[in-house]
Amino acid sequence: MSALVPDRRLPRKGRSRSGSYWLYLIPIAAGFAVVVAAPFVMNIVLSLYQWKGGMAPKHWYGLGNYLDLMHDAEFWHSFRNSLFMIVAIVVVPTLIGIVLAAVLFDYIGKAFGNRAASFLRATYYLPQILPIAVAGFIWSTILDPRQGSINTYLRSIGIASGPDWLGDPHLALYSVMLMLIWLQIGYPVVVFMAALQRVDPELYEAAELDGAGWLRRFRAITVPQIRPEVFFVVLTATVGALKVFAPILILTGGGPENSTVVPSYYAYRNFFELSRVGYGAAIATFTSVVIFAIAALLIVWQRRSERQEG
Amino acid sequence: MNDEFPPAPSVVATRPHPGTEPAEQSRRNRYPLRWLMLLMTVTAATVMLAPFLLLVLNAFKTSADYSRHGPLSWPAAFTPQAFSRYLSLVDFPVALGNSVFIAGAVAFLGAALSLISAYAIGIGKVRCNGAILAVLLLATMVPQEALIYPLFYGAEEVGLLNSVWSVVIVFTVLQAAFGTYLLASVMTTLPKELLEAAVIDGASRWQILWRVVFPVLRPTLSVLVVFFFIWTWNEFYLPLILLNDPSAQTVPIALATLRGQHSIDITVLNAGSLLSLLPTLVFFLVFQRTLSRGVTAGAVK
Repeated sequence: MSALVPDRRLPRKGRSRSGSYWLYLIPIAAGFAVVVAAPFVMNIVLSLYQWKGGMAPKHWYGLGNYLDLMHDAEFWHSFRNSLFMIVAIVVVPTLIGIVLAAVLFDYIGKAFGNRAASFLRATYYLPQILPIAVAGFIWSTILDPRQGSINTYLRSIGIASGPDWLGDPHLALYSVMLMLIWLQIGYPVVVFMAALQRVDPELYEAAELDGAGWLRRFRAITVPQIRPEVFFVVLTATVGALKVFAPILILTGGGPENSTVVPSYYAYRNFFELSRVGYGAAIATFTSVVIFAIAALLIVWQRRSERQEG
Repeated sequence: MNDEFPPAPSVVATRPHPGTEPAEQSRRNRYPLRWLMLLMTVTAATVMLAPFLLLVLNAFKTSADYSRHGPLSWPAAFTPQAFSRYLSLVDFPVALGNSVFIAGAVAFLGAALSLISAYAIGIGKVRCNGAILAVLLLATMVPQEALIYPLFYGAEEVGLLNSVWSVVIVFTVLQAAFGTYLLASVMTTLPKELLEAAVIDGASRWQILWRVVFPVLRPTLSVLVVFFFIWTWNEFYLPLILLNDPSAQTVPIALATLRGQHSIDITVLNAGSLLSLLPTLVFFLVFQRTLSRGVTAGAVK
């Protein structure tokens, strides 16, 4: 009994002490409620109606919008395009980024000085600070079929009519991917280079003394040592890829022949162009759930593999 | 999750100078390889920079020069003609003022909000702090289209549609959700002695936040301010919907709106693009050093 007394007092004391810390959370809780929670819930409610927006009457539709979604080929097509976005935003930049970061850190930094390495790093990162409105415009001029930089160059080497990069339904998605890779590469490079500074230089020196070549060191030291950062980049970039909107709106408007539609753009079009607000809300809700689920899967998978390692 | 990422102000290891390293022998054997690597990285850098070079070249051409010689030629003469034309079509000073105000306010308010919230979670260790972080993480993941329609009507309802404050409020919260997550994990690494000493000195929690925690976290906070500024400056979707009126438009939206009108000359848009990216570029160059510490603060558009 007497042993219980301090036990019971301790948590109570802890609670009353941490009680006032809750005050510090009031601003963000209020902000979260107004900016995220309430709109998100209202969006779910909207998805249960058929509504043209504005003063038009709302018609209760239950889960009808979601059922319609399941049979909407364009919607599934937009999700298929999300996979291409993942290739352009996650897979390719992460692979190239890890090699570039390792070369800059392990080779350029040592052989030509850290200044050279940070200068190169900054040039890779530059597209990341660009307003997407500007990036989209630049690439639309580069990819223009007549006046564009690429086709002008092709003409100068004798190819009279280069491809219509953004106008050909079979090509447009790959052209968008090209811009996204260019936009994205700097992000993994910067994160991975920062991670490499954490790695003990003696590890590399020992490996070098043992005669391990660059490729061996890359596989045996670099990649395993920065695994947490690789995961971080893959997670954030995957979420970003599933949310892609502005590049599509600016570069192609979803066209040609809907070949570059992504879920967020499809929702936007239903909201603001087709006046199918309820349907747009259903697309947005469904996309959100997919994003949360994929992020959760990635986190669980990472935790598990971390535990297996010990 | 908290401990997986290194704290932002990580120690920058000082590496020995190239000449002083061992394995001089093998180093000489790899000599050509070293130049090959340089060639590879410099080529990559050139490819990355090429679009920027084209932008600059074509911003200073006359439109006649552009249509005659195409986008790849050197300008016959560098003229500011396209810039003055852009400035006559777009009320750039107003857009610039809006953008500076929005991005600046979000950067500082967002960082302050992150600091206060992270204090309760990282140091106060309030109950369910893990769950609170998870909810904030959701806020960073939610696609904007799932919020946009209610936000649009909500802003209209309270009279904030076409007011820069609507965007300031939304982005302060969204950026702070991420900032809180980051700062909370940094705060868990603060030495306990530091805080205990302050408690013994009789400092209140509020005083500890501003006199002990804030100075220690200053470098991390400055990284947050830089990134919040750049991200908010570049935002597209929400400002496009919430700030329709030209008097409230941001720099990127003004550019995009002008582009939507068909007969606009390419050189004019080049000039406008250059003007639109200049402020973030300056900001970026000034704070380029923070990049190595910015680390996990990077993000995806």
